[in-house]
Amino acid sequence: MSTGTLFDKVWNLHTVGILPSGQTQLFIGLHLIHEVTSPQAFAMLRERGLKVMYPQRTVATVDHIVPTDNQARPFADTLAEEMMQNLEKNCADYGIRFYNIGSGSQGIVHVIAPEQGLTQPGMTIACGDSHTSTHGAFGAISFGIGTSQVRDVLASQTLALGKLKVRRVEVNGTLQPGVYAKDVVLHLIRKLGVKGGVGYAYEYAGTTFEQMTMEERMTVCNMAIEGGARCGYINPDSVTYAYLQGRDFAPLGREWDEAVAWWDSLRSDADATYDDVVSFDAAEIDPTVTWGITPDQGIGVSEAVPAPESFGEGDRAIAQEAYAYMDLAPGTAIKGTPIDVCFIGSCTNGRLSDLQEAAKIAQGRHVANGIKAFVVPGSERVKQQAEAEGLDKIFEAAGFEWREAGCSMCLAMNPDKLQGRQISASSSNRNFKGRQGSASGRTLLMSPAMVAAAAIAGKVTDVREFLPI
Amino acid sequence: MSSSVASEARNSQARNSQIKTSQGTALPLVGNDIDTDRIIPARFLRCVTFDGLGEHVFADDRQQDPSHAFNQPQYQGAKILVVNRNFGCGSSREHAPQAIARWGIDAIIGESFAEIFFGNCLAMGVPCLTAAPETVTALQAIVQANPGREVQVDVENRRVTGGDFAADLTLADGPHQMLTLGTWDACGQLVAQAEAIEQIFGELPYVNWANAA
Ligand code: SF4
Repeated sequence: MSTGTLFDKVWNLHTVGILPSGQTQLFIGLHLIHEVTSPQAFAMLRERGLKVMYPQRTVATVDHIVPTDNQARPFADTLAEEMMQNLEKNCADYGIRFYNIGSGSQGIVHVIAPEQGLTQPGMTIACGDSHTSTHGAFGAISFGIGTSQVRDVLASQTLALGKLKVRRVEVNGTLQPGVYAKDVVLHLIRKLGVKGGVGYAYEYAGTTFEQMTMEERMTVCNMAIEGGARCGYINPDSVTYAYLQGRDFAPLGREWDEAVAWWDSLRSDADATYDDVVSFDAAEIDPTVTWGITPDQGIGVSEAVPAPESFGEGDRAIAQEAYAYMDLAPGTAIKGTPIDVCFIGSCTNGRLSDLQEAAKIAQGRHVANGIKAFVVPGSERVKQQAEAEGLDKIFEAAGFEWREAGCSMCLAMNPDKLQGRQISASSSNRNFKGRQGSASGRTLLMSPAMVAAAAIAGKVTDVREFLPI
Repeated sequence: MSSSVASEARNSQARNSQIKTSQGTALPLVGNDIDTDRIIPARFLRCVTFDGLGEHVFADDRQQDPSHAFNQPQYQGAKILVVNRNFGCGSSREHAPQAIARWGIDAIIGESFAEIFFGNCLAMGVPCLTAAPETVTALQAIVQANPGREVQVDVENRRVTGGDFAADLTLADGPHQMLTLGTWDACGQLVAQAEAIEQIFGELPYVNWANAA
């Protein structure tokens, strides 16, 4: 008999009880915190005289505010320095493991937890950050929470939650050369809409995801939230286990074998029932670029900015807003759009394989005149591995800046910002108005290889023209 | 921005107060998919408390558009915010609903809400109720035509009224009960289950592996 989807099984195993409101009290196996959304949570704990129930199940790092050029303390930005000290104190006071700058393991929270093997199948994972969906790539149930909920997890290791429905999002087939995981998820968001996933966990299934590496799977799950799904996951398999084995916090010896058996048992049953199923063909996906101000306003690189008539009534007003803000008229080909800034990094695409793909495009070429292009590794470990392979030298020779790890211009809480109406080609996840640090700055989302190609060409270009035939 | 000062003093709902009704004038904010980066731009997140966020709500949108609803004098002091589809999408920052509440808003009616935003509001005691698009649009039009009109949001009976306008609202039973019984701040209830929590901790394999975090 079916015991359901991975979501059902993990949810049930972590259910502490049903609250009087009918919500589930769910145990959170791993809690990740950073400097932006945790200070007020600790303040509330102190105000209420509460302790941290399981300090060993919370792990902290600093990512959003860190400068990526000069990291000397105190930071030049006094507000950022205050946040930094606040986190350092909270972690020291409550006995929480903290990966600080210079520890060798600091980085974007959604990069460091997987690379250390903290993220594992079958866990429930919460973090005060919407891109916590990333960790679903391992077959964990992971989602973003607000600061009051960060307080709840610190105090009780649990959350009050309503159960989500599950939609199976199937993609089958092999991707064309020059089409990456980022293109797959941008395509899915384009097709399903930015609110299509509200109320759902997305189970990404099918041969396309099965063929992906863990880093590619993380890129897909990372952006589940951009399609409205608070949580996205992929069933664990041999690719997952091969990635995990030997990492800092992976189980060892006999426990490793037990773990694999347990993880296998959590996979969605073949006869599990889903609240909804949709499917797509990998061969139809082109390198995809956003042209607007929401992540579902995306098109294939050879397409033109869509006409207002092509939208349903509910999407037309925001399309009009996007034409005006982006200064891109309907019918304009996106290819050839001039670019000012190129950003490679973020929790979506700041991992080693992302930098490797971008470096393949950059190698032996040079950034176009007048373009600012920079590469920000997702973590100190990614930076160190990339340097061991000489990627920093490839980028620098091509005219890219090579930076320290952090969120950087994904949301520009540090000094890396767009200026005025500058337009960026960005490997990050959000093209919202003002997202990259200038209230009128503009963002085109695309894969890291496409960003590198845009940097070389000085305009949006099809990365396939740069690939060996 | 006069109301922000008053609401800072109010701060947020007193913990575990019962939230059965909200009333006051309303503020119609038209548009779908309004994300939390717009509600409170990231530069205002460089802080260790939520104090002072009220005055920065929609800072960039208001600066770029002097006719933005939050700028208009007739909506100052409003308690009820009326929005459209997928309000609060994007980042999980609780700074967004905190900024709205500290500006002075007590309740939000919309076509739909992004999930994390809805959960953040619930945890703060700010009810978010939904209605059909026609109902929301009609309410926005009425408020635009009569900005001074008192609007009542009856959380308990899931209804909105204002003058001769009345409509049913939707709010799932769980959040409805938490708000009306005053258990929306779940922290105390959660902590009280320490024994049951420890039992789950004992049963989960991964927290007990020798090499666990
Ligand atoms: S890289 Fe961007 S999306 Fe990811 S955690 Fe940092 S700010 Fe958030």
